[in-house]
Amino acid sequence: MPDIVASHADPGDHAHHPALQHHFQTLEQQQEASTLGMWIFLVTEVMFFGGLLMAYLVYRVWYPLAWSEGSLELDIRLGAFNTVVLIGSSLTMALAVRSAQTGAQKATVRWLLLTMALGLTFLVVKFFEYREKYLLHHIPGPNFQFEGPEAPHVQIFLSLYFGLTGLHALHMIVGFSILAVITWMAHRRRFSPEWHTPVELSGLYWHFVDIVWIFLFPLLYLVDRAHHLS
Amino acid sequence: MTTTVLPRVNYLNVRHGVASWLLTKDHKRIGIMYLVVVTIAFFLGGLFATGVRIELTTPQGDFVSADTYNRLFTMHGVFMVFFVLVPVVPAVLGNFVLPLMIGAKDVAFPRLNLLSWYVFVFGFIFTITAMVTGGVDTGWTFYTPYSSSASNSNVMLTGIGVFITGFSSILTGLNFMVTIHRMRAPGLTWFRLPLFVWALYATALVMILATPIIAITIGMMALERALGFGIFDPRLGGDPVLFQHLFWFYSHPAVYIMILPPMGVISEVIACFSRKNVFGYSFVAFSSLAIAVFGFLVWAHHLFVAGISPYSAMVFSFLSFAVAIPSAVKVFNWTATLYQGAIWWRAPMLWVFGFIGLFLIGGLTGLFLASLGLDVHLHDTYFVVAHFHYIMVGGAVMGFFAGLHYWWPKMTGRMYPNWAATTAALLVFFGFNLTFFPQFILGYLGMPRRYHAYSEEFQVLNVLSSAGASILAVGYTLIASYLVFSLFRGQAAGANPWRATGLEWKTESPPIPDNFTETPIVNEGAYKYSEREIEVA
Repeated sequence: MPDIVASHADPGDHAHHPALQHHFQTLEQQQEASTLGMWIFLVTEVMFFGGLLMAYLVYRVWYPLAWSEGSLELDIRLGAFNTVVLIGSSLTMALAVRSAQTGAQKATVRWLLLTMALGLTFLVVKFFEYREKYLLHHIPGPNFQFEGPEAPHVQIFLSLYFGLTGLHALHMIVGFSILAVITWMAHRRRFSPEWHTPVELSGLYWHFVDIVWIFLFPLLYLVDRAHHLS
Repeated sequence: MTTTVLPRVNYLNVRHGVASWLLTKDHKRIGIMYLVVVTIAFFLGGLFATGVRIELTTPQGDFVSADTYNRLFTMHGVFMVFFVLVPVVPAVLGNFVLPLMIGAKDVAFPRLNLLSWYVFVFGFIFTITAMVTGGVDTGWTFYTPYSSSASNSNVMLTGIGVFITGFSSILTGLNFMVTIHRMRAPGLTWFRLPLFVWALYATALVMILATPIIAITIGMMALERALGFGIFDPRLGGDPVLFQHLFWFYSHPAVYIMILPPMGVISEVIACFSRKNVFGYSFVAFSSLAIAVFGFLVWAHHLFVAGISPYSAMVFSFLSFAVAIPSAVKVFNWTATLYQGAIWWRAPMLWVFGFIGLFLIGGLTGLFLASLGLDVHLHDTYFVVAHFHYIMVGGAVMGFFAGLHYWWPKMTGRMYPNWAATTAALLVFFGFNLTFFPQFILGYLGMPRRYHAYSEEFQVLNVLSSAGASILAVGYTLIASYLVFSLFRGQAAGANPWRATGLEWKTESPPIPDNFTETPIVNEGAYKYSEREIEVA
């Protein structure tokens, strides 16, 4: 009996789509499953950052002065610039998804490349911020140097700063790599209005990483500056 | 009895060679691959437990040094918790039967499923490397500041191993959740699902929401240890108790990752071997979800003596009592299922009875520990050790063996000798009680855990405990022997040796690669046992 190996029960229109995996009945089912999977993955990511943010919250309540002092050490202009860059990259990513939906293949590639360029800009700026911290001995650890009575608590602030932004930067690097693959696939005309799930899912991921930054920027850069300026 | 022929083409013989296993996307093969790794981890964990029990036969610390002893119980805990108890039912049995139970060809993301296995093995290799290069001595809880600044053992390697393994758990949970949402056969509505599927769904919820927290917490601990970051360091004003909060925010729900899937197994087996529908189906289903939700709200009962506020301690004490309600719902409903059933005394059912009895003791002693005053006396004594072993071994491991004996004919197509399985179930039950019941008394009398030497007055009970452990070892070895024997010489099982209902029994044993020749259409619930079906055996 040859039908033991595989039998697609209903050979509908979609059953022959090359992207349809054998264990799904229809392309819709496959897309719904993938999208749900991505959303659940993002939930786990929220919890992942949540652990660090919990530590942030506890210590911010305990050491408000150190939070304010530590925050003043961060370069608000670079942080603001990066915020704009990332929000811009979310726009270009959304446009890339839109182009994939309408089947505008060349535009998809263009928007994806622009998104990657903006992501790279963010990482380069972040590198220079880290470099400055390194030169000033503001990286927590044995070589940490900071003047003032709040120095140990500022070290906790900076530990969380590096923990949070480092984890975020890691996500940016992963996102950049994913986009590189997606761009290549788009260039090879693998996507169509019927099937462009990878573009949509990497879009979801990219927006999530942006949103994390939109929380991190005020939490880290904008702590009680008025208090110090007055 | 004549041996019927195994199906000609099945998932085991459709392809041959090592590569066909290592590159497989078949959930059934991946389940078997998990079983192999988990068995190795179980053996290693058992080896360390043997060391612990040998040391504790005499009051003096004479078999190993205090330092080695610390490593023994730590490695026992790390292997058993992260590499046995967490994956054993979801990743082995869940992987194998979930798609079969819902009439699907596979889980939603087969490639991701294989990746989970590789991630698991990768984390396992890290932890084994940590073990062979000297081990780790922090206890499986990795409490700071000892782990982050004092311990000179392999905390980093073990931490990385556990961190990596966590992602395997997350990906499995994600995969199961999407599978249950999107891959059910036509007509298989939520309230027709087998209760094992409900239990796996609740487990997936905990895996997804809790596991990332342990990953990031161990990450913070590692940053502190490796680079001198200060997040939990009291010298900088950091709070080690925060580590405990974050750690138990995962590790308490993790107890429910370990116990919920075996509870699901019990519901399956008890229905089949009482020839009755599970009493109060929807109560059992929702109690799984309730346990998952309550499980997130009780973590600080591990911190009653860590200096937390008495008011929050009261709240956590109350919530810990509350989690007993859905657990009790399950036990009552299983018992009610037995009532007027036609109980069939075969090996899987013996494990179920073992589970119910031991889980009951484990659960009720949990209430002792949830009460604030008593916990001050019992905290960090052998009472706690006995309590969680009754849940984790008496509950989770017994439940796993119930499931393994129930689905083994489906997984391999072959039966094991029932007399051997009966003997093993009895040996493990008696061995287990002999090992751990004395520990309740020891703890109540005040013997602290995690020391390699103790006062002479505790020796008799400790010798009993070690004697019980050796019976346990014989029981587990027996299981391994007759299961391996059955692989080669076992009688062919046929599609449905237990005459069970449920979709997984409607296909051949072992199942064909695509599970079903055509997608089943479901128009009834999972349990369709006639109430008076006495004549089965």
